[in-house]
Amino acid sequence: MVAISAPTPPAPPRAKSRAARWAKILGRELTTVAITIFGLLLVTFLIARVMPIDPVLAVVGDRAPADVYDKARLALGLDKPYWQQFATYIGKVFTGDLGTSVLTAQKVTDDIKTVFPATLELATLGTLIGVALGVPLGILAAVNQGRWIDQIARVIGLIGYSIPVFWLGLMGLLLFYAKLGWVAGPGRLSVAYQDFVTPVTGLVMLDAAMQGEWEAVIDAFWHLILPASVLGLLSVAYISRMTRSFMITELQQQYVVAARVKGLSEWRVVCGHALGNAFVPLVTVIALSYMHLLEGSVLTETIFAWPGLGRYITNALLNADMNAVLGGTLVVGAVFIAVNLFSDILGRVADPRAR
Amino acid sequence: MRHVAKLMAASAFAALLASAAQAQTPKDTIVMAKQIDDIITLDPAEAFEFSGVEAVTNLYDKLIGVDLAKNNALVGELAQSWTVSPDQLTYTFKLRPGVKFHSGNPLTAADVVYSFQRAVTLNKSPGFILTQFGLNKDTVLEKVKAADDNTVVITVSKPFAPSFFLNCLTSGVASIVDSKLVKANEKDGDWGNGWLKLASAGSGAYKVRAYRPNEQYALDANEGWYKGAPKTKRIIVRHVAEPASQRLLLEKGDIDIARNLSKDQLAAVKSNANVKIIQGDKGYILYLGLNQKNPNLAKPEVREALKWLVDYDAIEKNIVEGTYKGHESFLPKGFLGAIDDKPYKLDVAKAKELLAKAGLPNGFTVTMDTRSVNPITDIAQAVQSTWAQAGIKLEILPGDGKQTLTKYRARTHDIYIGQWGPDYLDPHTNAETFAINEDNGEDAKSKTLAWRNAWDIPDMTKVTQANVLESDASKRAAVYGSLQRDHQKVSPFVIMFQQIEVSAQRKGVDNWVIGPSSDTNFYAPITKN
Amino acid sequence: MTDHATSPVTWHAWLTTTSPESRRQAKLGQLYRQWLAFRKNPAAVVGLVIVLALLLLAAFAPLIAQHDPLAQALDQRLLAPSAKHWFGTDALGRDIFSRVVYGTRVTLVIVMLVVITVGPLGLLIGCAAGYFGGWVDTVLMRITDVFLAFPRLVLALAFVAALGPGLENAVIAIAFTAWPPYARVARAETMIIRNADYISAMRLQGASQMRIVLKHVVPMCVPSLIVRTTYDMAGIIIIAAGLGFLGLGAQPPIPEWGAMISTGREQIFDQWWVATFPGIAICVVALGFNLLGDGLRDVLDAR
Repeated sequence: MVAISAPTPPAPPRAKSRAARWAKILGRELTTVAITIFGLLLVTFLIARVMPIDPVLAVVGDRAPADVYDKARLALGLDKPYWQQFATYIGKVFTGDLGTSVLTAQKVTDDIKTVFPATLELATLGTLIGVALGVPLGILAAVNQGRWIDQIARVIGLIGYSIPVFWLGLMGLLLFYAKLGWVAGPGRLSVAYQDFVTPVTGLVMLDAAMQGEWEAVIDAFWHLILPASVLGLLSVAYISRMTRSFMITELQQQYVVAARVKGLSEWRVVCGHALGNAFVPLVTVIALSYMHLLEGSVLTETIFAWPGLGRYITNALLNADMNAVLGGTLVVGAVFIAVNLFSDILGRVADPRAR
Repeated sequence: MRHVAKLMAASAFAALLASAAQAQTPKDTIVMAKQIDDIITLDPAEAFEFSGVEAVTNLYDKLIGVDLAKNNALVGELAQSWTVSPDQLTYTFKLRPGVKFHSGNPLTAADVVYSFQRAVTLNKSPGFILTQFGLNKDTVLEKVKAADDNTVVITVSKPFAPSFFLNCLTSGVASIVDSKLVKANEKDGDWGNGWLKLASAGSGAYKVRAYRPNEQYALDANEGWYKGAPKTKRIIVRHVAEPASQRLLLEKGDIDIARNLSKDQLAAVKSNANVKIIQGDKGYILYLGLNQKNPNLAKPEVREALKWLVDYDAIEKNIVEGTYKGHESFLPKGFLGAIDDKPYKLDVAKAKELLAKAGLPNGFTVTMDTRSVNPITDIAQAVQSTWAQAGIKLEILPGDGKQTLTKYRARTHDIYIGQWGPDYLDPHTNAETFAINEDNGEDAKSKTLAWRNAWDIPDMTKVTQANVLESDASKRAAVYGSLQRDHQKVSPFVIMFQQIEVSAQRKGVDNWVIGPSSDTNFYAPITKN
Repeated sequence: MTDHATSPVTWHAWLTTTSPESRRQAKLGQLYRQWLAFRKNPAAVVGLVIVLALLLLAAFAPLIAQHDPLAQALDQRLLAPSAKHWFGTDALGRDIFSRVVYGTRVTLVIVMLVVITVGPLGLLIGCAAGYFGGWVDTVLMRITDVFLAFPRLVLALAFVAALGPGLENAVIAIAFTAWPPYARVARAETMIIRNADYISAMRLQGASQMRIVLKHVVPMCVPSLIVRTTYDMAGIIIIAAGLGFLGLGAQPPIPEWGAMISTGREQIFDQWWVATFPGIAICVVALGFNLLGDGLRDVLDAR
């Protein structure tokens, strides 16, 4: 869960023109991205192929007679050698064609267009909750370094790392939905609102708001809040911990001492100066945590019957729905890589040595 | 701080709003929670899963149907009447006049011919239900003919028992589709299959409003249905995987009907005055399949011993009460020729004796592929514990449904625990799969359950096959009776239970009747006050 | 017998002396000072206690559990917690407390197996990449990136699906997804060591590459990997439970906590105890490892 990699340290500056250096960096990063995505697809393909699940079953069901079964197998191209299947697939990916899912009978690209916003919605609110709780907690811990507040913040953070998300989700449903009735149950919208909202962006709350369906907005919010909080708690741990360490570094700097000497209030010193300077690395951390919430949503979506990307991939996997698995993995992988790249570049831009 | 207080007040208010909004489902709409992730398609020529067939039966009409109130007697639907020639080869159907499709197109004999042609030409999973009568893509236009706009004549290849043929016409694959509409949505000669996966083109009680796979389907009433407009304007069937969630949604009034409650949920809702429970016998049989490729399981004494080692009563009472009942023969209750014999019960001493006779006095180790769903896993574990009493070490291999099925179909399992549901309302469907194995080779054309368990039975195959030509129903039933008693003794199938389908509904929801198969779960009569 | 061997005060002095007389004394002294630092951190001590308790529970499970964790009693299913069944019973009438206690063994087995697979794998890949640099580094790190770009649970899920269910396969699957961070740590460490004078000296003496990597580089990376491992244990436990929860981990009737939660899902709203207690067990153990790892990191890995 905490396999978050630190941004790689920037290369030492060389005596070259700035533009050339940037072009070189960009070129190298892009090659890396291309290779990584290719590797990702290859690994996914291999796994899905050795899996002892017959993809034809998802097309024809269990009770199909032999001739029907054989026909479906041919139609999927499963009689061809693996390398040929993979080559065909890669060729299509380059033209933007991710194929058709056997489970939903829709184009994988269309499927992803509907499921990805659902996950995005969840991860975004989750991250917002994580930031809203994690950053203040981290600051508090840093300001009170070594004191009991710091200890408590640390333990809270570690608790966040220690709770299995699926269990927390179940307990949340038990308590806040079944017993207290504060939030809505599994799913994205109550049935009554299902057909009121026409998907435009795919983000239900946004769509409903744009269409003036305020009741639906509220309904969507009460469906979203519990799973998002469960996810948010996961990121509180990471965000608060990183905030703490950045802030401690900043608070030891000369300028902080200077600001204090100038007689600025502690509040302005901490929030104005130190936090301002810790801002860039913090954004990187938040981006990384965002990315991991996309991943953490696999189990959350199962518990909350949330029609998102995590559930889509898992379901496709267990049905050997190859195109859907590959397409979904491609999207997640692309997001991972994009976020990593973003944090790398941000690191370089912000680092005075690279400037 | 003031902001926080404001925010809290606002959210408290919003919570009130939300709980008020949650209270009820719309008046003219029935909302059902059901596990519908098994649906592959809504095309009647292709749908063959429990949920898919149930949807199809509410979207399309067939020539013939069954009357649930009259012990499943055959009745005319789109066919007002029919006659059978004395040689039992030719059937003549007179169509009901004035029936219209959802599109407004009139339903004629040409649509019937097209529908049959389409089903046997596409020849998807349920296609064999029609092709077994000699209809195929080359012969169908000779064998299914429109004599005039209102008359269809069908010729079958052998003098089959008329009840067999007519029963097969009640299954979803024989649904009549709107030929004009389907042709208009054809793509690359697919007979409209791609389009019909997600839409409907029928004359049935409902039409598809929207279908999102794995999520929900919404149906709108067909006001012009020939039997009269359905009582409820809209039906929404929503996929809810967890029985516990279904129950909660039901008790909170978020849904009107919950379809997949388990034993414990049922016990819990029984005390709720706002909920009532209805049930119907389903034809699904829960059994263990013992692969005869395993040398231990191939011993007749071992097969019998394992049947004595299941605590049928305890499992029924404690794990599946209200959702399954004890049943030890391959024809489900309600089918022609079904018997109620239950020769086996838990008898460890007898089993040990049999195992000793088989040369395995200390038992053996064997694996069982088990879907990770309840009650399957719980039943498997209960079986595991009684088998252990006779020294048999049962190793449970958990897996997802598709995983275990893949192994089962490849005959690489030892034991498979699973369900079998009849394909149509004639005893031949189960007799065929449990008691026919034409060719036990790896590349056999017909891969019945007997084949999957590598059970080579040339004699039983002949008897079973001959019985479909028996036109005297009582004789036919008698043969099935003796066949099943034989089967109980020697077969590699430990048949344990028959499913009871249970549905829990809010008070005020009435007239919802569960039929004996998915083909007969009709939404049209449901009312709601 | 010397005096200081019996007196703790003298022990303390001997260990904390600023002028150790032997290498061993220096080493022990360093350990002792680290222990003192560790002891000052109450959270870390709590973590240590939890982990020790876990080990004890696992070792003495038969003495602590009052019932056979596998014994079914179908007429006693779903009983609420009571004096006889502290945590109640599950859907097959098995005692949940006993199952939770025996579950410690399952958890420990998973964790240990993963650690002994992942450690060497990550170490080898990381050290090779860091030591040889150049194209070896590029290739190995690209592979690492590919694995890092996967959602970890999905990857584990795929592996289990490919390998078939069972505890061993779950372990292999987790190991496959857990090594990349170890490889990164080992690589970073190696890049520092590689340029150390004594390594260059050895190279000049003509030691084989293999020998240098295995005998000198790898051992230097081990301490930071141990810290990383302790820290990762919680993650491993949670992923394993996640697989069990999805029905792809341990085979029934093995009392694996994740699978126990999964079976309790159906009764969650009425018989809350079935899913609650195994979940608490996971939380406590994971927290124990996290606290311990956190404390260890502060002490050992000050960088």
